[in-house]
Amino acid sequence: MEKTGIYTKKVIKYFKKPHNYGRMKNPDGVGKVGNPVCGDVMWLYIKVGKNRKEKEIIKDIKFETFGCVAAIATSSVITDLARGKTLGEAMKIDKIEIVKSLGGLPPIKLHCSVLAAGALSEAIYDYLTKNGREIPKDFKERHQKIKKEKETIDERYKEWVKIEEKMHADEKI
Amino acid sequence: MKKIYLDYASTTPVDSRVLKVMLPFFSKKFGNTMSLHSFAQESKQVLEESRELLASFIGAKPSEIIFTGSATESNNLALKGIAFANSKKGKHIIVSRIEHPCIMESAKWLETQGFEVTRLPVDKYGFINPNDVKKAITEKTILASIIHASNEIGTIEPIEEIGKICRERGIYFHTDAAQSFGKIPIDVNKMNVDLLTASSHKIYGPKGTACLFVREGTRIEPILHGGGQESGLRSSTVNVPAIIGFSEACKICKREMKKEIQRQTKLRDKLIKEILEEIPGSYLNGHPEKRLSNNVNFWFKFVEGESIIIQLDLLGIAASTGSACSSVKLEPSHVLLAIGLKPQEAHGSLRLSLGRWTKESDIKFVLKVLPEIIKKLRKISPFK
Repeated sequence: MEKTGIYTKKVIKYFKKPHNYGRMKNPDGVGKVGNPVCGDVMWLYIKVGKNRKEKEIIKDIKFETFGCVAAIATSSVITDLARGKTLGEAMKIDKIEIVKSLGGLPPIKLHCSVLAAGALSEAIYDYLTKNGREIPKDFKERHQKIKKEKETIDERYKEWVKIEEKMHADEKI
Repeated sequence: MKKIYLDYASTTPVDSRVLKVMLPFFSKKFGNTMSLHSFAQESKQVLEESRELLASFIGAKPSEIIFTGSATESNNLALKGIAFANSKKGKHIIVSRIEHPCIMESAKWLETQGFEVTRLPVDKYGFINPNDVKKAITEKTILASIIHASNEIGTIEPIEEIGKICRERGIYFHTDAAQSFGKIPIDVNKMNVDLLTASSHKIYGPKGTACLFVREGTRIEPILHGGGQESGLRSSTVNVPAIIGFSEACKICKREMKKEIQRQTKLRDKLIKEILEEIPGSYLNGHPEKRLSNNVNFWFKFVEGESIIIQLDLLGIAASTGSACSSVKLEPSHVLLAIGLKPQEAHGSLRLSLGRWTKESDIKFVLKVLPEIIKKLRKISPFK
């Protein structure tokens, strides 16, 4: 795969001209993952519709991302991958598919693909819970895992802020 | 595509005048300075002439200049060399929170060897308060090491004052001048320093050489043991081609410094003023005036540094960031956190560093494209 700097040409292409970015009005589901402290935040919005077979599909999808090149490229590519898919199919999009669609990611950026897959599953989860649907067991577990990871980071951040605040308070003495 | 290099603080190209002086020393005048034949004598003479030139550039004696392989090595030698030679007197060392990683990591390693390290805070501009140094010194303190000018935000520290305090209290004082050397006047006596690190590749000399000024009479141990080159402080076959290049680079800097400071300050201030005017939510890191004439460092609200760098790179502009995502570590720049930025703010930083070949048209081009880049990235960002 041809490369530009540490990124593949495909990553740069998606980064340069991201697809489907911006805020969505009245979304059916929203997935918010990441933490500004770590430098990556992804918000994914979905609208759910039905296909000809009356199955629920992702009719529209948009993202907003604060982050590095890989974060923006993975957000963009997942919107392309998910659009038009049934909810069941969309739930199955994983980090491997995202990385493949980008022709690879540098090892230190692989977490961005995890983040993007997480954002989509969180958006679907949000839609399902809002509409009182039954949630598949493994999907629920996935949600719990993402939630727990987010809390761990938030907790770590709290510690960090405390240390920083203390240091700056010390300066004033 | 036209390429614009604005990362001179990271490294510089070798000046063609420097390269010309170096070339004969690779294949024709290649002798080992430690041998006894005529080839060696020629190399030895060039080495000593280079040493004299470097010494005169900073007001030192030639015997006080130790050539090393990099500024990182010089800084390691200063910290570890002083620590181990003076541990009987005490095991306390003072550094600041905005040192280069090679000082930070050396200090951290010394802690594992039983030394105690105090890391001094800085104010919002990155200044170290000399009074904090005074308060931190105990009877166990052997060394203070404070950066001359920040590699990230360009803030020039009150070295003279800090040096005076260290001298009064009888502790050694080292300054890492890798960024300031060749760019602003340096006089080791006026600055009251006992040790000073200077680098070649930041001033249009070759990579692979640097020096450490070690004041006569300083108790210091070497890190590298061997043939006893550089007064026994740095055993290794002497890199003569690089050293003569380093000294030629100094000669040019000395000649052109005054003019370059004026020229670059003007360009720097134009960049700062217009970025602040043109880009809402942009904040200058470091002091508006007491900074290196080639350093510009900003943070932009709601965007991430690496994305800015790659957008600039796609347009042919080379810049750098202290942002986490661009490095292996996930934490943002320790320097930006030290001046009080929140992690999410520090992630949005951009450093543009000017140099000998930066033209006004380059600055104008950056000013034309940067506001658009920030605007575009903010459109993608969830934070508004």
